[in-house]
Amino acid sequence: MELKDKLIASFIAFENKGSVDLDSAIHAIRTKAIQNFEEEGFPSKKDEEWKYTNLKSLLRQDYSLFNKKDNTVDYNTIKPYLISDIDSYNLIFIDGVFNSFLSETTHDESDICVLSAALSKPKYNILIDNYFNTIAGDKNSLSALNTAFTKEGAYINIPKNTIVSKPIQILNFSTGNEKEVLLQPRNLIMVGENSHVQIIERHQNLSDNCTFTNAVTEIFVNKRAIVDYYKIQNDTDNSSLIDSTFVQQKQHSVASVNTFSFGGKLTRNNLEFQHEGERITSNLNGISILKNSQHVDNHTLVEHKFPNCESHELYKGIYADSSTGVFNGKVIVRRAAQKTNAFQQNNNILMNDGATINAKPQLEIFADDVKCSHGCTIGQLDESALFYMQSRGIPKKEAKALLLYAFGNDVIEKIKIPQLKTIITGLIADKLGVNLGFDL
Amino acid sequence: MLKIENLKARIDDKEILSGINLEIKAGEVHAIMGPNGSGKSTLSAVIAGKEEYEVTDGTIFLNDENIEDLSPEERAHKGIFLSFQYPVEIPGVTVTNFIKTAINEGRKARGEKELPAKDMLKLIREKADLLEMDRKFLSRSLNQGFSGGEKKRNEIFQMAMLEPKLAILDETDSGLDIDALKIVANGVNKLRNKDNAVIVITHYQRLLDYIVPDFVHVLHNGKIVKSGGKELALELEAKGYDWLK
Repeated sequence: MELKDKLIASFIAFENKGSVDLDSAIHAIRTKAIQNFEEEGFPSKKDEEWKYTNLKSLLRQDYSLFNKKDNTVDYNTIKPYLISDIDSYNLIFIDGVFNSFLSETTHDESDICVLSAALSKPKYNILIDNYFNTIAGDKNSLSALNTAFTKEGAYINIPKNTIVSKPIQILNFSTGNEKEVLLQPRNLIMVGENSHVQIIERHQNLSDNCTFTNAVTEIFVNKRAIVDYYKIQNDTDNSSLIDSTFVQQKQHSVASVNTFSFGGKLTRNNLEFQHEGERITSNLNGISILKNSQHVDNHTLVEHKFPNCESHELYKGIYADSSTGVFNGKVIVRRAAQKTNAFQQNNNILMNDGATINAKPQLEIFADDVKCSHGCTIGQLDESALFYMQSRGIPKKEAKALLLYAFGNDVIEKIKIPQLKTIITGLIADKLGVNLGFDL
Repeated sequence: MLKIENLKARIDDKEILSGINLEIKAGEVHAIMGPNGSGKSTLSAVIAGKEEYEVTDGTIFLNDENIEDLSPEERAHKGIFLSFQYPVEIPGVTVTNFIKTAINEGRKARGEKELPAKDMLKLIREKADLLEMDRKFLSRSLNQGFSGGEKKRNEIFQMAMLEPKLAILDETDSGLDIDALKIVANGVNKLRNKDNAVIVITHYQRLLDYIVPDFVHVLHNGKIVKSGGKELALELEAKGYDWLK
């Protein structure tokens, strides 16, 4: 049976398992979502937005859709993937199931807990009705699929005037005790007026078995709130991720999403920013460092609808071997969005003849008093810079690594959590296969 | 120390060096002058081992060792230093970290232990003072946003740190005002001793007032067309290069 048919056939069983309340709003949302998915199916290469990313080989697998038993892992197994030298709230999911033993949640001031609880307890009804799936909608068939099977994920509700004292780490592990598994985590994040939160998200396969993750995250950023979101994508070569993240911002808010793609078989990031007010700042940063036959596709959209807003987008890519990258950055400036300042930059280095990047900056500007710029480069390492370093006694391999690090540096500089910065630079040094003998 | 015999080199299909002979002994300073396009920078890049240039004939000996097959970094480890006309900017890597890496890679290649952090810091401070560099400078990204003078001073700082046997200064005077020129020249002079040698590549006599050469060579069309003492530089300043062509 094809994956699509299998999913549709499983839907009723899935709902029944959660002993569905037929009058509940979530039931209606899921039902509509599965209908949408049924109509549209998985995207194919004929779809313009999926021209350079082919899901065919992913969809051929016979995925286990529901977790058959509770899988446990111990702290030492997950520790390498956790930023353990900082005090943080941790939401740990094992094969899609929340692990309360390994997690640290709170309900004291903010709600930093899990979506399954929010979906089932009446006191959360209003928030779920007002927020859940309102920006993800069923915009694409993959987020519709996620909505239909929504069960678990992070639920974060920060009330107004709250500076969350420590970062929140959301970690999704797969243990691989099924040969092929499909995971569909769903995160809902609401940040109140004047509040500030930092979130780190990671997906990690702990085995050599095959994992396909179709994740959706909705982030609501209220007036004057600040959200810093970091995505670490450094999964195994048998893991694929389709991540759809939707950010809605109110006036004077600042939202930054930083995506570090260093691994995985296939990674697709759909990142969308919607503006609902003036003087909003949206920051989109990313570094991709790929080798072998890894594939990363960064699809971003910033839609400016109100005056006096800013967006800053900076994506860097380093592609070795036969890896492939896609950058599709769309910026729309609607007629009403005068005095918009939209900046987009995408720089790519191809290390070998076999590596590929498909870069597609798209700017649609309907307002006439705006400052918009975009730049896109594809090149190789600067030979004269390499020679400069070699002439000082730095071997070619290390010289290359230093140059590549320097290339990505302006994105790394955006990381506001020092320990995370150390981890990211460590991952980069690791990817580049060098030990430079100092902390970059 | 350095002996170049009948060196010919080309890039793509263009011959740039057409038979250079040059011998430099320890303790000497040689100036290489010549009009634009005469091959001065090519000569320095070929000595330092830049791979884009193809050596078609001749040999380069460093202390009686043929260095033809050595990579640029191996040549650096053996004591060759090239100060660049246009030093490269490396954002995100501080001057300190860059020089630390360079020093320790050299030590590693020579089978020595890494320099302890404390000694490294002391050495860095000592050499920075020699070049009258602001300490803040050391924690800035290498050459990024440096003025022309700062870049050149940073080159000589690295030379001071690496203590090369043979230093080649490729147009170190270009882009320097007179004060910066004096500081840079003064730094070079302090680093000179009987065991090392310096090649100064320049268009102008100006730098040679401060770094006084033992020999001056004029390069034209990839060949040394005239050699002499320091007075040759003055003659060139007065007459230009035309009379030598």
